[in-house]
Amino acid sequence: MRVLAAMSGGVDSAVAAARAVDAGHDVVGVHLALSETPDALRSGSRGCCSKEDAADARRAADIIGIPFYVWDFAGRFAGEVVDDFVASYAAGLTPNPCLRCNERIKFAAVLDKALALGFDAVCTGHYARLGVDGTLRRAVDAEKDQSYVLSVLTARQLAHSQFPIGDTLKDAVRAEAAARGLRVADKPDSHDICFIPTGDTAGFLAGRLGEQPGPVVDDATGEVLGHHRGVHAYTVGQRRGLGVAQPAADGRPRYVLGLEPATRTVRVGAARALDVTEIDAERAVWSSDVAPAAPVECVAQVRAHGGTAAAVARADDGGGLAVVLREPLRGVAPGQAVALYHPDPDGDVVLGSATITATR
Amino acid sequence: MTYLDHAATTPMLAAAVAAMNEALPMTGNASSLHSSGRRARRAVEESRERIAAAVGARPSDVVFTAGGTESDNLAVKGIFLARRRANPLRNRVLVSAIEHHAVLESAEWLAEHEGAEVRLLEVDEVGRVRPEVLRAALAEAPQRAAVVSVMWANNEIGTVNPIRELAAIAHDFDVPFHTDAVQAVGILPVDFGASGVDALTLTGHKLGGPYGAGALLLGRDVACEPLLHGGGQERDVRSGTLDGPSVIGLATAVQHAVADASRRSVVLARYRDELVARVLAAVPDAVFNGDPGTGVIDGGPSRLPGNAHLSFPGCEGDSLIMLLDAQGIECSTGSACTAGVAQPSHVLTAMGVDESAARGSLRFSLGHTSTAADVDAVAAVIGQVVERARRAGLAGTRRAASSSLAHSRA
Repeated sequence: MRVLAAMSGGVDSAVAAARAVDAGHDVVGVHLALSETPDALRSGSRGCCSKEDAADARRAADIIGIPFYVWDFAGRFAGEVVDDFVASYAAGLTPNPCLRCNERIKFAAVLDKALALGFDAVCTGHYARLGVDGTLRRAVDAEKDQSYVLSVLTARQLAHSQFPIGDTLKDAVRAEAAARGLRVADKPDSHDICFIPTGDTAGFLAGRLGEQPGPVVDDATGEVLGHHRGVHAYTVGQRRGLGVAQPAADGRPRYVLGLEPATRTVRVGAARALDVTEIDAERAVWSSDVAPAAPVECVAQVRAHGGTAAAVARADDGGGLAVVLREPLRGVAPGQAVALYHPDPDGDVVLGSATITATR
Repeated sequence: MTYLDHAATTPMLAAAVAAMNEALPMTGNASSLHSSGRRARRAVEESRERIAAAVGARPSDVVFTAGGTESDNLAVKGIFLARRRANPLRNRVLVSAIEHHAVLESAEWLAEHEGAEVRLLEVDEVGRVRPEVLRAALAEAPQRAAVVSVMWANNEIGTVNPIRELAAIAHDFDVPFHTDAVQAVGILPVDFGASGVDALTLTGHKLGGPYGAGALLLGRDVACEPLLHGGGQERDVRSGTLDGPSVIGLATAVQHAVADASRRSVVLARYRDELVARVLAAVPDAVFNGDPGTGVIDGGPSRLPGNAHLSFPGCEGDSLIMLLDAQGIECSTGSACTAGVAQPSHVLTAMGVDESAARGSLRFSLGHTSTAADVDAVAAVIGQVVERARRAGLAGTRRAASSSLAHSRA
């Protein structure tokens, strides 16, 4: 097979590319330039868009012995991931840009271009397992599992994808990189949103959206407790930075319960009010491309790591999804994806996902 | 392997390799007074004389440098600083819009750090600086120009400038004239003395010599501030121990390339014309950019004979490069890369080529090792490569949402 290995400059995608070569594929490495103003050097473990990251990816490709190119997707990324991220926050939603990037860039724009150029598949360093039958499972390394951010992929996208390191623990991936002579073996993991290398999401959003002050309201009493600088600075379930001086009547901490961008209202209240047992979602994507006809027993996951509960999910004709949780989950934010899994001792199987619109 | 990127770097000539191999084991600092030093000095000075003889300069005009970028920096910054020191009113730098970044960034640096006023000289639709453009730009402020720099032949699209005429115009305004001739020496009839220029950049690896070795031909009467300070080895304009073996390799390459230039120029132009014709036959809507090469300028062709620059509508240059590379054909988009990301070429933009056409461009550059088989190799694959790149170009512009958000129900 002709395989295009997306190489971020990190250890995971480098080992994934090397394994694709070992598997006998004809592999070409590509680094995606996603920042319109790449910094020359990376600082610490943040991001993956600097020129240094491109250079690291190039060196890894040299050592693996594959051709290497840089593809400029900065314009597409700015429009479809960064602008979407900002607009979502402005709308009181909590987006996941990595998931959006997989959906719109890596396994869409990049995959389409690769297929047109004669490649058969795109290979990445994501931690997830992809069976020959097209089933997507959690990674062996539960800590690193990235099946959640891949749950937006369709059967067609999965059919043209390879995740060669999903069966391996992170430590073993690093050891393998060192054994292969890859200099990125001990490069720190990237944790933050790649286009916010400072890690200051609130500051980034304030720069894009400005200040949009509004009231912080007690959800139970309707009392105005204080004022905020914009709903975009808050996420459902957030406790810190509420700017409310007056303690709650019961003396317990307050949390963000809801965001209403139309009235610029941040509703806050007790932790127990965060408990969610019902989730409505839209734009469902099914890994098999076929929505289940009947309600399906499954495990629902509402953020990239943690946040799982047994559930029953019911799909409708219009891409909508209703999920009833068997036990409550906290911090379920509209805009996030709810991913559904079929529990399996050999690794939970991804059924699909949808974007959360409302919770109860 | 089909190597068609000679404008980036061309293979070393066997004679230059042999001369360097002979020189590398020899000890001797050309500035030392003992016999080893004298031997090194003699080899360097003989090299200087060979280069001077080959390009119509006096040996004393030849300032050895570490290559084209250093020579361009030294000429633009050094002559500007000296000229302005002599007359503080002279604060303008006039450079063409299609210069190599070594010249453009030097001019920008002078603007940022020395308060210079940079005047970019417009080019016509084939990328040539017309004499009246330079005259008009100088006439805007007749007493204020400090230096003019216009390249002899453009590295991307191969257009040759009327250097003799441009230099004469600069002299009408009493302004020194520099030309970056790295693409011209060894292929066009370059005569430093006859051209009338005050400074000329040449470099080894574009003409069959070593990397990291070049020269600035600098007239004895042209004031130039040094940029590298130290022992003053090269006329007090450039310091640093001379790299004897590289200088010998450079001189050998210049001598051989210049001696063979008129013959090779004819051969390369024939291959180039055939390459262009066969590409246009395979891809009828491709566009051959720049000067057709049929004219004569300063006794040579009006376009570099080995340069074929083409645009392929609907294609991305990076897709074309990748697909050709996979077929064993090495060429270039001809544009500057940072982090490997292709930017629309400033040369094409200055010529008025729109950005999408600029992004879908390729430069095939032929050189002394090129053969008819290289032309055959390109002609055999270019049609399918362009077709595939075009499909990829369309895939790249399609909205991802339409292809990835389909949902169905059993």
